[in-house]
Amino acid sequence: MAFDEYDSETRIFSAVGTRPVRPDGVDKVTGRALFGADMSAPGMLTGAILRSPHAHARIKSIDTSKAEALPGVKAVVTRADFNAEADNADVLDNCMAGEKVLYDGHALAALAAINPRVAQKALRLIEVDYEVLPHVTDVDAAMAPDAPVLRAEGGNESVPEGLSKNVMSMCEFGHGDLDKGFAEADLVIEKSFKTAAAHQGYIEPHACLASLGADGRGELWVCTQGHFVVRNICADLLGMDSTQLRVVASEIGGGFGGKTTVFLEPVALALSRKASRPVKMVMSRSEVFRATGPTSSTSMDIKIGMTKDGRMTAGLAVNRFQGGAYPGAPVDMGAMCSFACYNLENVKSVGYDVICNRPKQAAYRAPGSPMAAFAVESVVDMLCQELGLDPVEVRIKNASREGTKASYGPRWPRIGLEETLEAAKAHAHYKAPLGPNQGRGVSCGFWFNHGGETSVSLALSQDGTVALSVGTPDIGGSRASMCLMAAEELGIPYDKVRTTVVDTASLGYNDVSHGSRVTYASGLATIKAARDAKQKLCARAAKIWGIDPDAVTWEDGMAKPSGHNAGDHDPLPFSKLCATMGRTGGPISGHFEATPEGAGVSFATHLVDAEVDPETGATKVVRYTVIQDAGKAIHPAYVEGQFQGGAVQGIGWALNEEYIYGEDGRLQNAGFLDYRIPVASDLPMIDTEIVEVPNPGHPYGVRGVGETSIVPPLAAIANAVSRAAGVRMTELPMSPPRILAALDAQDG
Amino acid sequence: MQIHVATKVNGDETEFLCDPEETLLDVLRDRLGLTGAKEGCGTGDCGACSITVDGRLICACLMLGAEAQGREIATIEGMAAGEALHPLQQKFLDHAALQCGICTPGILVAAKNLLEKNPDPTETEVRYWLAGNLCRCTGYDKIVRAVMDAAAEMRGA
Repeated sequence: MAFDEYDSETRIFSAVGTRPVRPDGVDKVTGRALFGADMSAPGMLTGAILRSPHAHARIKSIDTSKAEALPGVKAVVTRADFNAEADNADVLDNCMAGEKVLYDGHALAALAAINPRVAQKALRLIEVDYEVLPHVTDVDAAMAPDAPVLRAEGGNESVPEGLSKNVMSMCEFGHGDLDKGFAEADLVIEKSFKTAAAHQGYIEPHACLASLGADGRGELWVCTQGHFVVRNICADLLGMDSTQLRVVASEIGGGFGGKTTVFLEPVALALSRKASRPVKMVMSRSEVFRATGPTSSTSMDIKIGMTKDGRMTAGLAVNRFQGGAYPGAPVDMGAMCSFACYNLENVKSVGYDVICNRPKQAAYRAPGSPMAAFAVESVVDMLCQELGLDPVEVRIKNASREGTKASYGPRWPRIGLEETLEAAKAHAHYKAPLGPNQGRGVSCGFWFNHGGETSVSLALSQDGTVALSVGTPDIGGSRASMCLMAAEELGIPYDKVRTTVVDTASLGYNDVSHGSRVTYASGLATIKAARDAKQKLCARAAKIWGIDPDAVTWEDGMAKPSGHNAGDHDPLPFSKLCATMGRTGGPISGHFEATPEGAGVSFATHLVDAEVDPETGATKVVRYTVIQDAGKAIHPAYVEGQFQGGAVQGIGWALNEEYIYGEDGRLQNAGFLDYRIPVASDLPMIDTEIVEVPNPGHPYGVRGVGETSIVPPLAAIANAVSRAAGVRMTELPMSPPRILAALDAQDG
Repeated sequence: MQIHVATKVNGDETEFLCDPEETLLDVLRDRLGLTGAKEGCGTGDCGACSITVDGRLICACLMLGAEAQGREIATIEGMAAGEALHPLQQKFLDHAALQCGICTPGILVAAKNLLEKNPDPTETEVRYWLAGNLCRCTGYDKIVRAVMDAAAEMRGA
């Protein structure tokens, strides 16, 4: 029998595709689930961080003597307490500044005390002598040749001459002949766009509990998207062996990409090492805004040509992303995503990675793609408006499909963009009448999805139940999906499988829960581990029956002789084989350790109706529909949840959310009152339609679904608002003052 | 100098000592071991620490521990009756109305308080009542459906 078949096209699923209650559900509705800040240890201290009030300054001296003298203070650390030769030098500098502070909120000292009140009091006793330096927080200003420079060494060799030293790198993708393409067009539109930095806005602030002894052995409890990565980076920053640090992932209260790196963790470990006591650290909301990763703010120029019948002839995108004080803005991914939805003969997309005096950006759900889509999809909409063409029809006409060459290089395998567009065209939403002051927006979106290093262990128990160990933190219900896939594969009930996110000492390495990879990669690993276990179970049956292992097959949760030649034996059910495994050869576990490479890309089409009040400039989203290719929905309710959540984060980004810096370079809205994320009363129901075009790279056809859902909303809402208001909106967020200003400019 | 406070938490007589500046949320979480209420902001903007005090819905981060003297406090830990989940808790599970689950305790406490005052809320009433409880994962769709469904069940509809 084949233990590695790909059968998503023909397979009739029994568990997969159902909607059982998630295994961690009762804990989460009763308050029992333990998140980052919910753990305590005997003798625990509280850690706190001193942060820079300046956007850019040289640290001339730090005097911690008064803080250390305060009763109840047990340890103080500064940069000198970390590994000077750390490989992750930028991560270290971001966690604890060295010679300079580079943004408002940059950490530069920390202490541990007997309780939070003493810790806060002690922070005020640390004396810092700063030499304040000129700063810059806007991406275009940071690129100007005379901009204040953050790093004297400047960018790498890819940066063209004449640009500021704040430009770290440049990238370029594309093919064909742009001049020829634009010459073929009946209409060419060129437009510039800007987007503000938005924060992931997870409701749980960063938190951890660290214990590190003088013997170099440590334990860390932390809310993170990837505890193996936390282990490796912390070990590097502290100069210790990675396996001497055991990291346990707590329940995680949202991440969206923002919990894929470290902030507090190495600091808490350093304080614990110095104090020889456990140290707990929890960020305040203002610290989360000031010092953890928002996404990039951007500035983009787009030029697209189209024929009268709606064929796109050429596309050019220039993307400038600031990524905060360190290199690594996701502009390369943004540039690759710009035209990913379209089959263009002539296309070019350029990206500039720019640093400035803001917190280091962190991944935010499909990093780079939502902004790129906002700019490109806005120009596509303008072309449709001016040429009098239907925006869905034009997108169908130009859609990327299997075999066409992607703007960033590869040829597309089987993809589902066209299917989402056809579903949009057929959807009742697309045909519904609009009310006064309302406009309808359409946008497509793309995300790569990721595989990544993955380890899974699936242990059978004597009573016929299964303990599945994974290393990818469960952010939105993935344990339910893992249980479903294991149950499906083994032919046992869903509730006979328990999935645990185990610590770093209990399993091989796992990449972070990012790139929409968990249901794809840990799911694939679970299926393969189950197949590994089934193979072993079949061998045990063969041994019991005294026949060749190849003569045994697995069906409906039982080992059966594979045919008449195998002899006449009663099938051995899973439970029976588990009960006897001690006598037939010992314990049985299935394993998977590899890096799956077949993550299927994902596309979506969103429809939105927005109503703009011309008096106030306020926008109300009145109807929203998400249509996305999931490949195969393992637990459809949580797939819908990903669609809805991504759409609503996009609504916030499009209409309200924005990092606002003053002239002094300080963040002016570091709280949920002034950085306003969508609340229940802002929104309508979010309709969803799951399209399933199987991914050949996954045994059941799964494509990641977590990120693509945030790609189309920015553009879809901008297109709806622009049509409703009768004026093209080119800057996000489209807050009421911006819409009023655009209306006034048009009237004036 | 610490303050002695006598109160009732989820029906149990409870006494504690706290510093004058400690919030009720600090006391619940750090002194009483009731970590179901979460601190998402500490400024009353996110609702993750929603509890009721004498039946009134509040953010525990905005009240001092010392102010709990003589009051009756109800938290998420007191919502289920032993093994039996409250209908709202069951409907949140049935509708997949949570993803990460950090906002869930606060939203459940707030929703229960709504249904005690208004057993038959409209969708708009549910949305406005829950406007003080931030959820970043779900987009609120399944939360609103779960609350409406629980309300219907509790009415016997």
